Amino acid sequence: MGNFSAKVDKFIEIFIDQNGYVKVVQGLQNTVLIAIVGLVIGILIGTVIATARVLPKYKVLPRVLNGICSVYVAMFRGTPMVVQLLVFYYVLLPIIGWNITGVQVAMLVFGLNSGAYISEIMRSGIQSVDAGQMEAGRAVGLSFGASMMKIVIPQAVKNILPTLGNEFIALIKETSVVSFVGAADLYVAFNYIGTNSYEFMVPYLVMALIYIALILVVTLLVKLLERSLKKSDRRN
Amino acid sequence: MIDVINLRKSFGDLEILKGINITINKGDIVAVLGPSGSGKSTFLRCLNCMEDPTSGSIVFKGVDIADMKVDINVHRRHMGMVFQHFNLFNNKTVLQNVMMAPAYLQCKDLKKAKNKNRMIRFKNIFRSKKEELIPITTTKEQIKSETKKQALELLGRIGLEDKADVYPSTLSGGQKQRVAIIRSLAMNPDVILFDEPTSALDPEMVGEVLELMKKLAQEGMTMVVVTHEMGFAKEVASRVIFMDDGQIVEEAEPEEFFGNPKNPRLKEFLSKIL
Repeated sequence: MGNFSAKVDKFIEIFIDQNGYVKVVQGLQNTVLIAIVGLVIGILIGTVIATARVLPKYKVLPRVLNGICSVYVAMFRGTPMVVQLLVFYYVLLPIIGWNITGVQVAMLVFGLNSGAYISEIMRSGIQSVDAGQMEAGRAVGLSFGASMMKIVIPQAVKNILPTLGNEFIALIKETSVVSFVGAADLYVAFNYIGTNSYEFMVPYLVMALIYIALILVVTLLVKLLERSLKKSDRRN
Repeated sequence: MIDVINLRKSFGDLEILKGINITINKGDIVAVLGPSGSGKSTFLRCLNCMEDPTSGSIVFKGVDIADMKVDINVHRRHMGMVFQHFNLFNNKTVLQNVMMAPAYLQCKDLKKAKNKNRMIRFKNIFRSKKEELIPITTTKEQIKSETKKQALELLGRIGLEDKADVYPSTLSGGQKQRVAIIRSLAMNPDVILFDEPTSALDPEMVGEVLELMKKLAQEGMTMVVVTHEMGFAKEVASRVIFMDDGQIVEEAEPEEFFGNPKNPRLKEFLSKIL
């Protein structure tokens, strides 16, 4: 184990003296940014898809929308994230002629991917809200959209908050694959430190600890948010 | 005010309403009675197109609202509805429940008018003969404070001002239903539809809700009430209709209805419950 303290010393040397921490901070920033932007895009897409899928089915338009949404969900749930990243970065975007960085591609793909998952979460949330709430909204003259936005979705979100927290945590962890498209996340930063010191034990250990810390913070935030939304419940 | 002409409604192969014709005039208080499964609730829900009628028409203030091309939301503003299970918005406080719909809809109308004015102003640049702007007399803040004042007034009427800022989950059933009635009143409706308003209540709380409904009736509100409260039908209704198997089989004034029923099915129904 005497070996270990030497390794720690080496890590600290590269981390502080050779500006390794700049890379780590940058990586952390990218990781968090990709996860947050991905979640926001995902919630938007997921809500729209979920709403489209709970529309009454006796008209043509909702049926067409429902079909499109099923295809979307099937595509994004049916392929691994890494494959989606690669396809977007090396196939789709060059064809369209978009020139964006790896981080931006990662945000986009994470958003589209989590949108597919969140749409199912959101749908179960919407269906968990009593149908009478929508009826009451319609009865006072609100449109379907307004009743959805003002009454049903706020209650649905409250119900699915723990699951959404789960999704966010999964997103944070999945960001570790974005180096496939050249985005510098935590993994890239610690890999850099490791290659410079020919020593990977401590850098990867620290990386794991940072991930755990990050996710503990998120868990705490979700818990606080849940508590503040519970105020309209009787059980608090 | 409402003319129902040959209203039919089927769910799949099951025909619930088999041709209903009735006219509801301003100030009428119509009690709808009938055994369960007779289509009373479906009939009421068809009146504001909560269920889209399969065929027939519902002419409300001169407009056939059963027509799918009509913007039903505009007409629903003038038809309040009170549900068996209250259906207060759980994520809103009592006050917000009452004021939300009027405030939101008025603000939306204001926004629409403003947008239209913007278009008119833009078009006027190219016109020699200027088009007039739509007059706008209120602001968003004014609408909010006015609807809030009105909501508090209404809450005062039922003695629940002190509950304005609590969530519906803390209210008793009777309080919830009275708030629900007030909520539909806040839209200044021309008619209120009641779908078994007291069926989900404790016997003790039925009284307070019926009391409020009686008050509304005395003020001349037009009401259609699906109910099992024979006392209410007898005392307050101006007309009672009896439905069986998707049809109106008897329609009469309360004394006639209860005192001298003609239809055999109605006789049987009354003998069971009275």
